Amino acid sequence: MTKITQILLTTFSLIVAGSSLYAQDEDLLKLVKDSSNKQKQWSTGAFKSTRVINGQSMELLGKGVLDVRILHRFGLLSNGADNFFGLDEASMRMGFDYGLTDNLTIGVGRSTLNKELDAFGKFRLLRQSDDGLPFSLVWVSGITVHTMKWADTSRKNYFSSRVGYYHEIIIGRKFSNAFSLQLSPIMVHRNLVTNADDENNTFALGIGARLKLSKRTAFVVDYHPILAGREPGTKDPLSVGFDIETGGHVFQLHFSNSTGMNEKAFLTGTTDDFWKGDIRFGFNLSRVFQIRKRK
Amino acid sequence: MYLQIRKGVISFCLLLIATSLVAQDKYFTKSGSINFVSKGVIETITASHRSVTCVLDAKTGAIQFAVLMKGFEFKKALMQEHFNENYVESDKYPKAEFRGQIANNGDIAYTKDGTYNAHVKGKLTLHGQTKDVEADGKITVKSGKLMLTSKFNILMSEYDIDIPGPVQQNMSDDITINVNCTLEPLAG
Repeated sequence: MTKITQILLTTFSLIVAGSSLYAQDEDLLKLVKDSSNKQKQWSTGAFKSTRVINGQSMELLGKGVLDVRILHRFGLLSNGADNFFGLDEASMRMGFDYGLTDNLTIGVGRSTLNKELDAFGKFRLLRQSDDGLPFSLVWVSGITVHTMKWADTSRKNYFSSRVGYYHEIIIGRKFSNAFSLQLSPIMVHRNLVTNADDENNTFALGIGARLKLSKRTAFVVDYHPILAGREPGTKDPLSVGFDIETGGHVFQLHFSNSTGMNEKAFLTGTTDDFWKGDIRFGFNLSRVFQIRKRK
Repeated sequence: MYLQIRKGVISFCLLLIATSLVAQDKYFTKSGSINFVSKGVIETITASHRSVTCVLDAKTGAIQFAVLMKGFEFKKALMQEHFNENYVESDKYPKAEFRGQIANNGDIAYTKDGTYNAHVKGKLTLHGQTKDVEADGKITVKSGKLMLTSKFNILMSEYDIDIPGPVQQNMSDDITINVNCTLEPLAG
């Protein structure tokens, strides 16, 4: 009896001692794990660029980053070899975007199409994080001013007639490392439209998706079905393409039925039908420069 | 017989006390800092992290670190994004951990102010790869706190992180890591 009690106690003690020793070189980090790492783990890189292709993406520039953007849209591929499949004619937009803060980006640009200037502000209201919100919410508003000579000089022409506006909300989610999707209801207002019975307001739903093919390339789709207020004769802009990233550059090579390179232009001026083969080649070239320190 | 049981009980209690004493020999921080430097041909890239978790057991010399990869801050926003997206793949491998042992733990008097050399051996897990790492560092004991500093090098290629052709000149495979943590006693 005595012996047994002693043996039992000794073994028990040994087990306790043994396990406590074992625990020491097991997982020390567990001791402090719970409350550590309080910092937010933002979800980043849903899209490679601040544009899906034509439309704004849910991405913003970092604070102090200047993005120089050179965009080209060529002629119709169906123009054939004679016109080098559209490459003989190019429409262009040159733009500069800047990240004022991590959540606010502003930008200006000028397109050769209609000699149009545009400017926008883009603000992130909510941000997706690994352990918090499952989506990001971004608000974009912009203004466009075309600087073409007036077609009819016999009537009184107002400056305001050159102006258009757009407002957009982007709801986007990076579902996985490979797949991101965003929906962006958008409204375009034109102060002056071609015909008296044309709508001044055009409403569309932007759908943008990205599928990563490798670490540095992705397949992207940018589609803007027009829901209301369609400019007569225009089609829904659709673009498909590839994002290729090398260091500070992002090349977006794509095929599209639209030539416009600001929201007003591609939502109210896309006359070609993608499904009838009226497709053009185009590219966006983006080069970023960190011009101000982040902290 | 009673005497023997009592002896047993006493030794058991002593063991319990000993275990609780062991717990008080642990030190920790959740706000340590680590920075790394890559000296490429064209540019030098640095990044720093200020939320490093570190726990040290003075009794056994066991030392462990954990960092969330997304917490590394770069001077250029895009570089930070590329680091997470293309190099260390933070969504897939959110954490880096080091688990090791101070080889000369006996030389360090944790209760006496002073600076001691420490040689640490252990395993570093980064980008899903675990490799043996050895590093020399210093432990400074000052009014109950431990200041750890260390500098060592790792090769990105050993952790399956490859540098693509176009940026080969901008980055170095050989990365210098600087550790700087101040540890406080961990309440048992």
